[in-house]
Amino acid sequence: MPQWIAACAADDIDPEDVIPFEHDGSDYAIYRSPDDVYYATDGHCTHEKTLLCDGLVMGGVIECPKHNGRFDYTSGKALGAPVLVDVRTYPAKVIDGTVYIEVG
Amino acid sequence: MGSAGTGSIDAGSPNAGSPNAGSVDADSTNAGRERLARYSLTGPENQAAVNAGLAGGAWFRSAVPRKRMKELMKRSDYPAVRDTAIWLGLILLFGALGTTFWLVWHSWWAVPFFLAYGVLYGSTSDSRWHESGHGTAFKTRWIDEGLYQLASFMIMRDPTTWRWSHTRHHTDTLVVGRDPEIAVMRPARLAKLLVNYFGLVDVPTAFWLMFRHASGRLTADEADYVPESERHRVYRTARVHLAIYAVTIGLAIGFGTWLPVVLIGGPAFYGRYMLQVYGFTQHAGMGENVLDHRLNTRTVKMCVVNRFLYWNMNYHVEHHMFPMVPYYRLPELHEEIKHDCAPVYPSLWAAYKEIIPAVLRQLRDQEYYVRRELLPGAAPFNEPTPLNDGRALPLPAETAA
Repeated sequence: MPQWIAACAADDIDPEDVIPFEHDGSDYAIYRSPDDVYYATDGHCTHEKTLLCDGLVMGGVIECPKHNGRFDYTSGKALGAPVLVDVRTYPAKVIDGTVYIEVG
Repeated sequence: MGSAGTGSIDAGSPNAGSPNAGSVDADSTNAGRERLARYSLTGPENQAAVNAGLAGGAWFRSAVPRKRMKELMKRSDYPAVRDTAIWLGLILLFGALGTTFWLVWHSWWAVPFFLAYGVLYGSTSDSRWHESGHGTAFKTRWIDEGLYQLASFMIMRDPTTWRWSHTRHHTDTLVVGRDPEIAVMRPARLAKLLVNYFGLVDVPTAFWLMFRHASGRLTADEADYVPESERHRVYRTARVHLAIYAVTIGLAIGFGTWLPVVLIGGPAFYGRYMLQVYGFTQHAGMGENVLDHRLNTRTVKMCVVNRFLYWNMNYHVEHHMFPMVPYYRLPELHEEIKHDCAPVYPSLWAAYKEIIPAVLRQLRDQEYYVRRELLPGAAPFNEPTPLNDGRALPLPAETAA
């Protein structure tokens, strides 16, 4: 059953950055784009399960810290080797300074 | 182990220092052959490493604050565009001067210019291949990919198989049976390593692979790490590369001159030696089956010329620990984490003073490896079990496939 859960305060994430979020045993990555839009994906790279929150955000792209595989975090699309499988995305929204993501 | 701060572990191998030299030599030769078989990616060692938790393991990383790490990871086009322009400019300059002396004056003065051209083409393309392969050299992706394709051609590597090979190298650095890029095995194949200073193994192998790939086939090892969906790129690239070499040889025959081969392809023979000189400093003689790059990788101080030619790959511990940091920020990363590492090797000479005796000793004692001493206060080595202490002991039978 999908549900909206509070993930973090909007100010917890710098512009063009990512932070980790754990809920119910699952890891998520929460992004703040350069133009202050928030996004969420699975926490791990689809290639070798490295945590994406240690990676580098460049515009709308997250680069995995282990093998430099890149995803478009707004759509989850894998952008080429060594990542070939898209990462799952989750709807995100900000209400009164809190970032919510829809999981489940 | 003469260099300061360098230690070693005596593995206590029954072969080491035994007075019964004759039978020991025969035994160690057989043991060496058996051990070399463990490096196969298609043998039982691969699954044994997976079962033992060595494959895709949790590697040690120094704690660097996120804010600082973001600064270090940040990409810029300027340094790599500048360095690539200088690099390509020098290649063109030396190639043009060599060609002019050859064609116009028929002079031996062509030789030094071709030697310089050859090293830039045949050796330093390795570091350009490496950095652009990681996608960290440039901010602009298409420039990065362009350099990757060019450098792959120059170094005679298929860009797709080697991208996946290098990905595995980073996942399982020096894990026996998993890492396809272990250049110096235990025991080292010395003759192969030595003749390869002039490409006499790598170049014929590269052409054998090109023909194999052009016919739509991979090797068994390549099939272990190149996904099915990527293989069509391998076959297509091999046909393109072979076509370029065919034209080059055709021009040489047609005009009755070696010049086209000296300029294209030939440097992979006569200009390859510096690739070996630099490359062996990375891991030779160090620990296998460890999950800590401080146990299997070296950082070596080099002069500004060598650092330009090698694109700062001498900061190799730093690169393996944080591969998303571009080459031009590695000196800064070194400053951030050096307190956690063994003392840096002060020169290439210092590194080789350790490498050569270690590799020679490993010919008879394959459990021997160079073990560095960390600085006081450094985070301890990540050695959760004796399997991780660098000797690469035979994996427990129950974990073997």
